[in-house]
This record gives sequence, structure tokens and C-alpha cells, in this order.
Amino acid sequence: MSAARARAAAERAARDSYGRLVALLAAQSGDVALAQDALADAFEQALTRWPDDGVPRTPDAWLLTVARNRIRDVWRSAAHRRTAPLLDDTLADLPADDPLADVDPAAIPDRRLALLFVCAHPAIAPDVRTPLMLQTVLGLDSAQVATAFAVTPAAMQQRLVRAKRRIARARIPFVVPDRSAMAERLPPVLEAVYACAAVTWRQDAHDLAGEARHLAVVLAALLGDEPEAWALAALVTLSLARRQPPGVFVPLDEQDPATWDADLLTEGEALLRRAQRPGVPGRFRLEAAIQAVHADRRRTGRTDWAALRTLYTALDAAAPSLGGRVALAAVVGRVDGPDAGLAALPPEPSPAFQPWWAVRADLLARAGRGAQAAGAFRRAAELTDDEAVRAYLTARGAEGRGDG
Amino acid sequence: MRYTILLHYPEMTAEQMGEDAWAQGEREFAAYAATLQAAGALIGAEVLQPSSSTTTLRTVDGALQVQDGPFADTKDQLGGTFVVDVPDLDTAIELARRAPGVSWGAVEVRPGALYTVDGVWTPNA
Repeated sequence: MSAARARAAAERAARDSYGRLVALLAAQSGDVALAQDALADAFEQALTRWPDDGVPRTPDAWLLTVARNRIRDVWRSAAHRRTAPLLDDTLADLPADDPLADVDPAAIPDRRLALLFVCAHPAIAPDVRTPLMLQTVLGLDSAQVATAFAVTPAAMQQRLVRAKRRIARARIPFVVPDRSAMAERLPPVLEAVYACAAVTWRQDAHDLAGEARHLAVVLAALLGDEPEAWALAALVTLSLARRQPPGVFVPLDEQDPATWDADLLTEGEALLRRAQRPGVPGRFRLEAAIQAVHADRRRTGRTDWAALRTLYTALDAAAPSLGGRVALAAVVGRVDGPDAGLAALPPEPSPAFQPWWAVRADLLARAGRGAQAAGAFRRAAELTDDEAVRAYLTARGAEGRGDG
Repeated sequence: MRYTILLHYPEMTAEQMGEDAWAQGEREFAAYAATLQAAGALIGAEVLQPSSSTTTLRTVDGALQVQDGPFADTKDQLGGTFVVDVPDLDTAIELARRAPGVSWGAVEVRPGALYTVDGVWTPNA
């Protein structure tokens, strides 16, 4: 393991432990902000006390106990009694726990799954669900989250504060929905985790990609038996494996498989196998299978476009979307020729949709209609906010100019 | 924890709705109140007269105006409220799902802040 990977693994372990503690404290108090403040306090106390007293045998248990005592202090305070009437007197009057008492860290229950369902609760605005997950479950600071979402740290901070206040005040419960509610409640959780990965696929948020994958794997492992969650973990892992260095954009089918991360590909394929079930596959299983077909090129040396067409057709039936339809047209263009691809392309969407223009441009170029292709490449280049993609599209547009 | 379930919907008279639909609506309201009561959640409920019967008071340029009509003249009007006492938002939403009018208007679930006991404000908990 390289030093950088080892460090990333260590940081992740620390944040896992942070996420577990926040989840448990929040589940018990119903208040994420209070849980995070109390835990920050406990970390501060650790920094002053551990150098003298020695590191406790079970640091997590120590931190948990100190943070719980802190929450009790807040609940007891007169100010809290005035502003937050949720006080449970019997709980507040309990004596503080002794942080030196041995607590079995294995006995600290993992409530991160409940926290993930709170973050993606229907009462929480969709645009703050992913940031909430990153900041509470993964313990990223709000400035990092703000960068990934291209907003100012102050604006992100305000959104997060509002969402946490809403969780506490409306009393959103920290529970994993039962089977009857799961079908309705799981998709927004998957969607928010997927969005977390999607922001990292932008060139400027690369350093969060590992975190997004980790979040997806944690979700799948905690749910245990949800094929779509395993498929999402596979999808995110396979996509991460073929991440290209920032700065230069290379289309997937032109990438050199030697540049892909073989370990991650193997892991992604293993995750996808855990998602296999009899019956109709869901959206993420189809998307992961599409990624697996591309990944297979490292063994076979060719892209199986026919398999891709089957999968994109199934995806269009299972979860119709403009992006899926456009991708299907691109694949049809490879199997049946560019004119068939152009015919399969949906009518020009309004507002303008960047992938539609990029695919149309590519199909026109393949059909030998250079002048039309140049115009479409130009439009696609205008519509992207990714510098590397823009440079690639501009170059492609210049290539074909004059020959059609 | 107390939540108020507010029903907003387009106002219709018995004539506009038709007798059968009106009678059906009445049965739904009766069944809903019984459901909330049986769940041990119901604190109180009101079905309001149409906004054509309402009177609104407001101060305009320092002078109190008393006028006929609702505070906001919108297509959907507040038609009824149910106050329930349940453990958390999910339980309140579960009850709101079954509210009459969920198919023809908006149903709002609003956590309470304070309520009165013998005229004295008490924090919601």
C-alpha cells in the first residue's frame, strides 16, 4: 500500500469512527448539530487530557461518554430550557457517566444507517441531502463540501445549519424504515449517495471520489440485502477505477485500459455480483452492468456494443431519462451506424442538454457530415462547465471542419 | 409532540360537487376523525366554513380594517385542521397520508411550538 493510500485509509478509519459517534449521539438526542458540537468538545478535551492521563484503552468509548455528558450539561442549562423545550427531565437529571469506565467499543451500536435515512428524509430539501451525508456521516468539513458543490462555504454552512435545525425541530426520527416503507424511502438515499459520486466525477472535485465510494460501500454493507445498494457501490467503484488524471479528457472507449485501477475494477465486479438477484434488475444494477461491460475491455480488448445496447434499452424501460436515451442513441450509432444513431436521438431538448449535443456531434462526425458536426461540437463545448471536456470538444470540432 | 395537519383545497359547494360526492366527503371526514381517535392521537379538529364566510382584520396605514374575505385570495383555501399528538414526524406524516383531501388538495404537516393548558403556554414536546 502506498503512503498516500495508507494515509487515506487511516483518515477514513478516523472519519468512520466520527460518523458512528455522531450517528449514535444524534439518534439519542434527535439533534445532529448538538451531537456534532458535543463531539467536537469531547475531541478538544481529549487533546488536553490524553497527553497527561494517557490515551484511554477504548478512545471511541471515552469520546462517546464525554460527548454524552456534554449533551446532558446543555440540556440542564437554563438557556436550553428556554429555547428548546424538548427537555426530558429524567434524562437530564441522570448523573454523568464516568469516561474512564470501560465500555466495550464493539458494543457501540452503528446508527449510521438511520442517520443516512434522516439525511435523505422527504422533509429535507433534496439539494442539501448529499452535503448533509458528507458532513455528518463522513465528517468532512463544510468548506470541503462547499467546494464540491461549487457554493461559498458560508452558503453551504447556512444550508446545513437550517437542515439540522429542521431535523431537530420537526423531530425527524432516527430509524431505519421498515420493509413496508423501504421501497419509498430507499431511492432518495441511493440518489443522494449517487449524487455524491456524481459531483466527484467533475474534474475539480477529484479528491472526494474515494469518499463517495466509501459512502456507497458503507450504505450497501449496512443495508445488507438491498441489491440496488450493492449495485450502486459497484457503479461508483467501477467508475472510480477508470478515473483519468485531471486536465485531459479521454472518452471512455478510447481510454487505455492499462490506465485503469485493476484492484478497484476487481472490487467493483465483486460488488456487482452481490447485487445479482433473480428478476428484473433495477436502475443502478443496469448502470453498474454498463460500467462492467466497459471494464471488460481490459480482458477482451474490445467494447461489446451489442451488450451495451441491450443494457441501455433495459435502463430506458426501468428508469427512463434523457441522459439514458442519449447514451442509447450513441450506442445504436456504434452498432447500426451513425445514421441509425442520429435517428435514435430524441428531439432537441429544451433547455439545452450538453450530452445531447456532444453525442449528436460525434454521430454527425462519424457520418462524415463535418460542417454540421463542427457546429454541434461548438455548442456542446459551450454547454460544458468542465475545462478538459471543452478542450476535447473544441479540438474535435476543428478536426472535421471543411470536409462535409 | 404535537403536529397540526392543515388541509388546503379548492372550495366547492354541495351543488358543484354533486350530492353523492359531498356525502362521500362527509363519510371520509367522519372515518378520518375516528381513525385518529382510535390511534390515540387526536387532540382536536375543525372543519372550516368556506372562505366566503370569513372576515379578515388587518392594520393598513395605522388604521384597523375589517373586511370580508380571506387573508389571501388563492385557489386553494385552508379547509380544516387536525391537531395530533404523536412521537415523531414520520408518524404524523403517516396520519396525514390518510387525510381526506390528500387527493384533491395539499395536506401540510406543521410541528407545534407552544400550546395552552388552562390558558397558560406550554412548550410542545
